Parts: sequence; C-alpha cells; structure tokens
Amino acid sequence: MIASGGFDAVFARPRAERRAALIAYVVAGDPDRATTLAVIDALTAAGVDLIELGIPYGDPLADGPTIAAAAQRALDGGTRMADAIAIAAEARERGAAPILYFTYLNPIDRYGVERFAREAAASGAVGAIVPDVPLEELPAFGPPLRAAGLAIPLLIAPTTPPERAARIAAASSGFVYLVSRLGVTGARREPDVAWAASSIARLRSATTLPLAVGFGISTPAHAAAVGAVADAVIVGSALIDAYAGSRGAQAAQLAGAYARSLRGALRPHG
Amino acid sequence: MTNMVDSKLPDARGYFGRFGGVFVPEVLVEALAQLERATNEAFADPAFWAEMETLLRDYVGRPSPIYHAERLVEGPHAPIVFKREDTNHTGAHKINNTVGQALLARRMGKRRLIAETGAGQHGVATATIGAKLGMQVDVYMGEVDVERQALNVYLMKLLGATVHPVGSGTRTLKDATNEAFREWAARVEDTFYVIGSVVGAHPYPYLVREFQKVIGLEARAQMLERYGRLPTDVVACVGGGSNAMGIFHAFVDDPDVRLWGVEAAGHGLQAVDTAASLNAGSVGVLHGSRSYVLQDDEGQVLDTHSVSAGLDYPGVGPEHAYLKDSGRAQYVAIDDADALAAFHHTARREGIVPALESAHAIAFAQRLATERGPGGLVLVNLSGRGDKDVRTVAALDGEDAR
Ligand SMILES: Cc1ncc(COP(=O)(O)O)c(C=O)c1O
Repeated sequence: MIASGGFDAVFARPRAERRAALIAYVVAGDPDRATTLAVIDALTAAGVDLIELGIPYGDPLADGPTIAAAAQRALDGGTRMADAIAIAAEARERGAAPILYFTYLNPIDRYGVERFAREAAASGAVGAIVPDVPLEELPAFGPPLRAAGLAIPLLIAPTTPPERAARIAAASSGFVYLVSRLGVTGARREPDVAWAASSIARLRSATTLPLAVGFGISTPAHAAAVGAVADAVIVGSALIDAYAGSRGAQAAQLAGAYARSLRGALRPHG
Repeated sequence: MTNMVDSKLPDARGYFGRFGGVFVPEVLVEALAQLERATNEAFADPAFWAEMETLLRDYVGRPSPIYHAERLVEGPHAPIVFKREDTNHTGAHKINNTVGQALLARRMGKRRLIAETGAGQHGVATATIGAKLGMQVDVYMGEVDVERQALNVYLMKLLGATVHPVGSGTRTLKDATNEAFREWAARVEDTFYVIGSVVGAHPYPYLVREFQKVIGLEARAQMLERYGRLPTDVVACVGGGSNAMGIFHAFVDDPDVRLWGVEAAGHGLQAVDTAASLNAGSVGVLHGSRSYVLQDDEGQVLDTHSVSAGLDYPGVGPEHAYLKDSGRAQYVAIDDADALAAFHHTARREGIVPALESAHAIAFAQRLATERGPGGLVLVNLSGRGDKDVRTVAALDGEDAR
C-alpha cells in the first residue's frame, strides 16, 4: 500500500505559491512502460503538480485523434489494466507527483469496480476520472471508489445548464473539471477562456473544491490565461504530441521541457 | 408460454431492465436531454404523426407488402412470409427511421444532420431525407466499408451528402459511430445526430424503435387479414437491431408468437471471427449504453467480422439484451457461408435479391420452416434489397461485376 497523500497534498504547493496547479495527462504504456515512467519522472521534476495517467481504451468517445492514437500505441504494446496500475505504483514509489487515473467505464467494469478501487488505492493514486459516467450513473459506480478513499472529479461542459453544473460540482470530489470548449480532447481547437472565467465565477458559490480547466490548452499563453482564472490547468494532447515518436530519455527530455514551458507561465496570482 | 416482459420500457432513465442508460461525456448529456424532451413533445403531437404518415405513404411507399415466398423451401414446411422492407424507397427499413429523426431535427431547429453508416443504407437514407428537407448531411463511414460498399458511397454523394472515411480502429461501423459521436460533441448546437439503429444512449434506442415499429404494426394486421391468424414465429436479422425491434415490437405482447433474432456468426462463433454480440459477447458499455458487447477480458472492444457490413458491429441495442435475458426472444447466429447460400437461393427461387443482412434471417427461417412443419407460419423481415451487395458477392464468387 503506497500512501497517496490525497488531494490536499496535490493543491498544497500551488496554493502556497499562490498560482494555478499544473495537471499533465499521459497514457500508461505509450509507447512503452519504461518511457511512461521516465516521462512521469521528468514531469515531476518540471514541477507538474498532478499526473493524470490514462489507462488505455480503444474506443475513447471523449478523446480526439492524439489521445486515441496514444491509447492505441499503448494497447498495441500490450498494456493491460494491471500494467497501468503497476506503472503508477512504481512511479509513486520513486517519488513521482500524485497520480490520478483517467479511463472509461468499460475497462473498469470488466476488471471489476471493487477490484479496481482496491488496486488503484493501493498504487498510491488519489482518484479516477471516468468521463463516460455522468452524474446520473454515479450512484451505481462511485461508492466502491469513494470507500477506497479515491476521489472522482466530475466534468462540466459548456453545454451543461447552470443548475446542473452546481449539482455536478456538489457531487464532485478532488476538484471540478471544466471542459473549456465543445468537442473532444485535442490541441487543434483553442480553449474558450472567457467561458471558463464566467463559469468559474458562477461555480465558486456552489463548491469549495478547486476548479480545473482543460481541453485545447497547448501553449504557455493558454496556460497563463487559464491559470489567471482557474485553480488548475490541465494539458494532455499537446504534451503527448511533444514526445510522440520518441522513447526513453529522449521522450522524457521533450516532455519535461514542454511541461516547464507551461509551468513557467503559471505566475502567482496578484 | 413465453416469459413476461414489459413492452412499455424504457423507464425514465432509459433502462430496459439492467440494460440501456446514458453513458456519454458530459458535453452530450444536455443534448440528449433536449432530444428526449423534443421526442416526447413530438410523439404527443398528432400533427407530427400526420406528417410522418404522409411521408411514409407517398415518399417511402408504405405500407410495404407481405409476400408468401412459396419456392424457398421444399418438403413439408411452414409457409414463409416476407415483410417486404426491400420495397421501400432507398431499398431498406432504414428510411423509416431517418424520416422520423429528420422531422425531429427540423422541429428542434437543427440544420445539419450527421450519421454513421456501415452498409451505407443508413447513410443513403439520411442523405435522401436530408436532400428532401434541404438539410446539410455529413456521413461517417469506416474505410473498409467505403471500399466494400462503393455503390452506396457514390449514391450519398449524388444525394448531396459528404462522406467522411474513418481510418481509426477497425475502420468499420464501430469506429464510424465513435467519430459521429465526437463530431456531435463538437457541433451539438446546430447538429442533429441521426443514429441508424436501436443503439446509443437514451433516448435513441427508444425513439428508433418507435419509428421502426410501423413494420410490425403493419405486418401484424396484414397477417391477420391474409391468414386469419398471427405468425407462429417472427424472424429478423440483428446488427444493431432496428429492423428486428421494428418487427418484434408489435408482437412482444402476443405470448404465443416466438421471436427470433438472427446475428451474423461470420466465420463462426469464435471471437474475432464473428459479429454475434448476443451469442458470443458479454455485458458491457459501448456507444452510450449497457448491453452485450464483443470484448476481451480487459473490456477492450473486439474486431468483428461478417460478410455483411450492416451486421459487422460489436454491440447490439439494449432492448435486445433485455429480451434475450428475459427469454422473450431467442437469438441465433448464421455464418457467412449460409447467408451467402440463402442470398443466391432467394434470388434463384423467388426472383428477389435480398440484402446480405436479410439473407441471414432467410437462412434461419428456411430451417425453422421445415422444423415447424405445415402448422407453422413464419414471418421474416426482409429488411432490404441486395443491389448494394452484388459487387461483394460477385467478388466472392470470382465473377466480375464492375
Ligand atoms: C438491409 C439491412 N438490414 C439490416 C441491417 C442491420 O441493422 P439493424 O440491425 O439495425 O436492422 C442493415 C444495416 O445497415 C441493413 O442495411
């Protein structure tokens, strides 16, 4: 059993530094286990506050081409659920930033929700995001994860009506994930910073949880703009693009350099 | 004799027993809720159904006839009666549903239709009604299917639609459906996703059934009128399951009528070589609902195989999962070879070239008719005509049909 420290540990440092947290998404096993571990170490060294570790799934409805392709590379390399959990455990043992899983319902369902909850908690992870389980389906899915001490951050989209957004925020744990624009993940389309800012202002009264913004964030300028209004900035596709095609130390170097460029853009709040 | 089921389902959360539900990213939840509200309003509006009926009559060509296929089976056997969905405009049952969804889209103020397609029949049916109503149509189709259904690809273009080949994953219907969902997520405000079968998140399995149930309602009345009794058996092929739900629904509450869904066994019922989700799959979540899915022990969805593109899909509608578990309907599988034999046999003996999908149902009905004997009466949904498959079959037979 590896201690996770929970979500308080995730946000303690950025809070002390009065800046937004940086959350970085990578796919476990993309393109192999050693590379993923090296990349996680490099992200940790670059000052990333939370690693979102994607457990690869072949039909990721919420993801665009970059993450879908990364998941396919991981699956082609033979990455299974147990491998993803083992990668997280090993990374945590060698001092990686806190880890949050990201995957879809079907692989968890098949693995067994209770077994996943037990093993995910034992690996030292702080929680799991499962984007195809909306609020209505949470009662049937969430309790075993929560009982194991795992947080389940929920997503709010631009299409979510305000009243529903408040209910989602209230049911969320760890943080609330604001999807910055329509569509799926991917760096090709820009985040809607103005929408994020107004949603954040509205949600402050509904929750005390940190409010994180993701989807479409790819440049230091995006990170700075979103970081000025949100409690956390989430980057995925652009990071994966930064080291796609390389392995091992080279991949780690590219990922680390890219993460540092975003981290450097997260200035203390005025 | 048959088990009790509730034909009024789904419940308010979109469940048929333990199957169905809404498992989609948050960005689509409100779009589905809006669709559900619009559907309920439309279904309660006599003007909606009046327009639907006019279009089904004058544009689609309904009611479709029933036809006694007398020369299909030799020896003592139950009469086999085809419900002729192949006579519909565009050649399959798919148009019943696209007309309905396009009218819903117009009611909701959407100007653009998107659709996934496998065989191309649903894509053509969507392109057709889009042309008629003056709506933009974008169709997502796996690269493998673009190749094997070239005729329908060209037809869609003729009708003014844009076909987007999908190169991800298995490059068939599953991936085309993923892509259509993603496109919908990006353009929910002006775009209506016309789903082609009784699959997807609630309310799709419900509303597609409601648009397809005309098949069974007509057939039930036609059988009573022509034969003075109900069929003993109703047979339909099952890909996603829309033509089957369409013909089953009117008979679900007739306990003496046996319902048979025929899946594509492909090369056999071994995973990877099959598309028979109910026969060879396990419970899982795909494309927004819980049902039976062909998947591995890690919950990864498997590649499927069937000679018929319209059945080449690893999932199946949640209401079929419910009918299977309750025992109200039985699901069998027919392999490529038997479907192809039925395709040829029906052409030679009846002068009807069936869709390869429908040929699966015919192959099973031939056996069933012999088993039942002269006391039986077997109704088969002839879901579509086989023009689109002529090239595929010719290639398999070593003939040149270019
Ligand atoms: C003629 C025909 N029958 C059946 C199907 C399978 O779909 P469903 O199971 O939804 O009826 C298709 C799908 O393309 C089709 O074209």
